[in-house]
Amino acid sequence: MSGNEHLQLSISTEPDVVYVRQAVRKLASEIGFSLIDQTKLVTAASELARNALIYGGGGMATIEKKQQGTRTGVCLTIQDQGPGIENIEKALEDGYSTGSGLGLGLGGARRLSNEFEVKSAPGEGTTVSITRWL
Amino acid sequence: MTTSPQNSADSRLPLVIEKNLDRILDTWISELQVDGGRLLNLIRESELREQASRFLDLLRKAIKVAGVNPEKTAAYDELRDLLDELSRSRSEQGFTPTETATFVFSLKRPLFRELKEAHGDNDTTALLDDIWQATMLLDRLGLNTTEVFINTREAIIQRQQQDLLELSTPVVSLWNGILALPVIGTLDSERTQTVMESLLQKIVATGSDIAIIDITGVPAVDTLVAQHLLKTVTAARLMGAECIISGIRPQIAQTIVHLGVELGNVTTKGTLADAFALALKKKRQKVQDI
Repeated sequence: MSGNEHLQLSISTEPDVVYVRQAVRKLASEIGFSLIDQTKLVTAASELARNALIYGGGGMATIEKKQQGTRTGVCLTIQDQGPGIENIEKALEDGYSTGSGLGLGLGGARRLSNEFEVKSAPGEGTTVSITRWL
Repeated sequence: MTTSPQNSADSRLPLVIEKNLDRILDTWISELQVDGGRLLNLIRESELREQASRFLDLLRKAIKVAGVNPEKTAAYDELRDLLDELSRSRSEQGFTPTETATFVFSLKRPLFRELKEAHGDNDTTALLDDIWQATMLLDRLGLNTTEVFINTREAIIQRQQQDLLELSTPVVSLWNGILALPVIGTLDSERTQTVMESLLQKIVATGSDIAIIDITGVPAVDTLVAQHLLKTVTAARLMGAECIISGIRPQIAQTIVHLGVELGNVTTKGTLADAFALALKKKRQKVQDI
């Protein structure tokens, strides 16, 4: 299969977060993810999309089907042009939040996915990319 | 706007409409019969003719008083009201916004034809000027109908959102002193606020001391939802009621563990039935066969 399914959604309001979640769930269930894996991926998507909305002032979500050898997965990239993360190590720590949340979102998203990557620098926005394999 | 008063004074538009009102109306109607698509399937011709003639009449009056600039002039209010009403009733009758706007746009051809006749072949510049102004005017009026259409739709969407908020937060009394709150759908901040408020109010109103929050209908629990739940539990506790969270499905349980959310000393149960049994036990009551 060469056709890369690929969907871009903008995140600028709270209902957009719900929309991202639904889109991720749809793709994951089409590919054949189990209910548990769907829920994990959807929850991670929810955390990241909400982070982009609250801390990044809104952003873009890219959802795509990933094919690597015989493996199939879902890759989600969330990008914002916000203030960026000063200390990524610290941001990944459980219980650390610069806002009023529980401080578990970013770390939680990492634990809920198979591959996890954050790119961010102060003033340059944040890009978080996660993949979960079938 | 660049329309100078001189232009509208020179314009033959008012005069042309005034003089050829009936002919314009006739050509417009036949134009609508061709262009209007399903128009005549959904509206009787007599009704259409009446609407068109009212529109033309009001247009004539408005141009006479205020020239061809419909922005913010009171003279166009009546015409705009007519269009609002038209647009609203058309959207109820199932017309698309395009079809509604076409009603206005299709006046162009008959109008331009009359303008051309009035100016003759010699005065091309003045003719172009007039056509340009007529186009601008009809374009704006046509777009107006689209705007009304969208506003009507948006009002419906907003009302539905409100309905959803209200619908999804019923607090039910299960037993003397035991409340249940079945949460269905996505818990965002606004909804949680409503949920929390109605629960706390019902606790006071019924004097209940146990509240069961059932999340079977919540598709995913992320950290924000968890935080909202914990806050609700804490608030209820401050009011002297104990909360039991039920309906945590296997996939949700796993996700909560991965997220690292501590539900702490909140009592949780798999199903609403289990939670109810526990609540009865806490109240030292039981349901018996008779």
